[in-house]
Amino acid sequence: MNTHPMKLKIDGVDVECSEGSTILTAAKTVGINIPTLCYLEGLTPYGGCRLCLVEVSGTNKLFPACATPVASGMEVTTQSPKLHEYRKMVLQTLLAERTHICSVCIANDHCELQTQTNQYGVDHVFYERNWSCNEIDSTHDFLVIDRNRCILCTRCVRACDEIEGVHTLDLKFHGKNTDVIMDQDELWSKACSCTSCRKCAKVCPVGAIYVEGENIEYTKDPQVIAFIVERRKCLK
Amino acid sequence: MGGYSALVRALSDMTPQGIINEILSSGLRGRGGAGFLTGQKWRLVARANNTPKYIVANLDEGDPGVYANRSLAEADPHAIIEGLLIAAYAIGAEKGYIYIRKEYPLAIQTLQKAIAQAKAMTLLGNDILETHFNFNLELRFGAGAFVAGEETAILSSIEGRRAMPRPRPPYPANSGLWQKPTLIQNVETLANIPLIIQNSAVWFAKIGTPKCTGTKCFSLTGKVKNPGLIEIPMGITLREIVFDIGGGVPAGKEFKAALIGGPSGGCLPEQLLEIPIDYDYLTKVGAIMGSGGIVVLDTDSCMVDTARYFTEFCVDESCGRCTPCRAGLPRLLEIFQKITHGKGEPNDLIILEKSCFFIRDASLCGLGQTAPNPILTTLRYFKDEYMHHIKNKKCKADVCFKTPTKDEPK
Ligand SMILES: Cc1cc2nc3c(=O)[nH]c(=O)nc-3n(C[C@H](O)[C@H](O)[C@H](O)COP(=O)(O)O)c2cc1C
Ligand code: SF4
Ligand code: SF4
Ligand code: FES
Repeated sequence: MNTHPMKLKIDGVDVECSEGSTILTAAKTVGINIPTLCYLEGLTPYGGCRLCLVEVSGTNKLFPACATPVASGMEVTTQSPKLHEYRKMVLQTLLAERTHICSVCIANDHCELQTQTNQYGVDHVFYERNWSCNEIDSTHDFLVIDRNRCILCTRCVRACDEIEGVHTLDLKFHGKNTDVIMDQDELWSKACSCTSCRKCAKVCPVGAIYVEGENIEYTKDPQVIAFIVERRKCLK
Repeated sequence: MGGYSALVRALSDMTPQGIINEILSSGLRGRGGAGFLTGQKWRLVARANNTPKYIVANLDEGDPGVYANRSLAEADPHAIIEGLLIAAYAIGAEKGYIYIRKEYPLAIQTLQKAIAQAKAMTLLGNDILETHFNFNLELRFGAGAFVAGEETAILSSIEGRRAMPRPRPPYPANSGLWQKPTLIQNVETLANIPLIIQNSAVWFAKIGTPKCTGTKCFSLTGKVKNPGLIEIPMGITLREIVFDIGGGVPAGKEFKAALIGGPSGGCLPEQLLEIPIDYDYLTKVGAIMGSGGIVVLDTDSCMVDTARYFTEFCVDESCGRCTPCRAGLPRLLEIFQKITHGKGEPNDLIILEKSCFFIRDASLCGLGQTAPNPILTTLRYFKDEYMHHIKNKKCKADVCFKTPTKDEPK
């Protein structure tokens, strides 16, 4: 993509980037970090978690930085009281949605949801919390899924489909009943399309998919996706 | 007026640019909800420099109790096909789909028959009316989810994926079906096209108001003497619809509110009955045009319960993609369960309102963005009812505090 460069302003800083960049990647080039959860470099942006919302001048609408292409002349604001408030509410509603008890979670201290929660000073959830208690699927030789901790970011689904290319994982149902499933909603051991590649466990931002008996610090490796994508470019 | 004579006129006497200009100056706005200027949308797709281009007619009609599009398809399928053909010619598309829900078997049958008839008359297919214009049309079926009527969800569904909306931009006009420029138009919008081409933009713009031209179909339901399907010129007042056309509330009861815009519309009180039916006015008072549902409520209805009911609908219809709608809306429902079961506290209203702003501003698609409308409007126009529930633990309409629900708080 070597078309004419795009010029825009992010938090008052002049940024120049190529056409087709997103606000998120453009911001990174000038050292501005926008918080993300569902975004993962190398995967198609999902725009689902809404943590990366930013303001764009000239409209009241908020845009997900991870999925919004830059436009010339755009003026982006990544920090404001409103954005701060909404990011806190994203985190609070996620915490209230399912069972998140850090002290008994395998991902404790290595969880992106926890990191963001600390970052934004969420010290209280002002909604009733829903302690979902769905059965954990540990039928696979070593991969485990605890859907009670899932934040439905679909990183695992996209990694499985776009990078591993097997599409074992997908979503079932909709709304609050949405869940990650294997093949036609089988137990993981019965999902014959799974190649046991572990990419899902590497990219899961929380403790929902993990490798049994393995130190989570060792398992987690979300950057591997960008690495693979880059290597495949060389192959072409 | 002969069928397809507008198409003949468009193909033989008009350039694609001329057609777009005519639609632009007619002032026609989309009838599917958002009210975007139709001509402007066509121009965007026509200008997109990528081919092939597609056109999709939206006949998903997911609003409960609304059946204007279904009636249109059953009664006048050729108006939709003719509108599609003219639009396709204007934007340079050779392939179109009508996206229709499976629950409309008669409409599907009628459309299939109409497509076959049009093909037999060489009005569909290759070299239409010997003008070298090609256009093929197919039906695609939705499984009936409300959110599947959202334009980007339709695209996903036609591509064979989960009917989930995706972030915009990129807009379908540039990157729609299979990343190609795509025009998505409600069928009622399309059915207006032949009339404009046949009778001129000036004729069309005379109906309605300067910024809202033409007519609009509504399904008038609820507590009115004459419920049913109506077509009205834009700009008449809500009072005229409810009382003159609908005949008012049946004897013995009093009007309380009109919910306009479907499950994510706004509840408007008596004092707002004088507002004209117009996209911009409706938005100003917290309602939406939506796809044309008006539900009239009388004093038997509790506004807190009404807001709870429509919130529940949106919770059930959320696609699950984005956090505010999927994880946020159910929290609102929990607060309603508290309030309608005598466990509400004044602080709940503050949390309710804050959460509504969050869901409205931070959701990915129109479903989440408009879902708080019934709550925000009832908070705005009927706050005393909320306070009565919370402070006195009483429901004036005698609806709440007795319906046991599955999620009753412990
Ligand atoms: C949740 C949701 C449901 C929708 N359902 C419909 C529908 O059933 N029919 C429709 O025409 N438009 C529906 N829309 C609006 C479409 O996204 C789109 O704006 C419309 O089809 C564009 O056509 P128009 O410009 O002719 O109105 C819906 C939007 C949302 C957010
Ligand atoms: S299992 Fe993990 S990666 Fe997959 S959707 Fe849930 S939180 Fe995201
Ligand atoms: S607002 Fe609701 S329906 Fe729309 S994308 Fe988000 S979760 Fe799906
Ligand atoms: S990171 Fe952009 S929406 Fe999730």
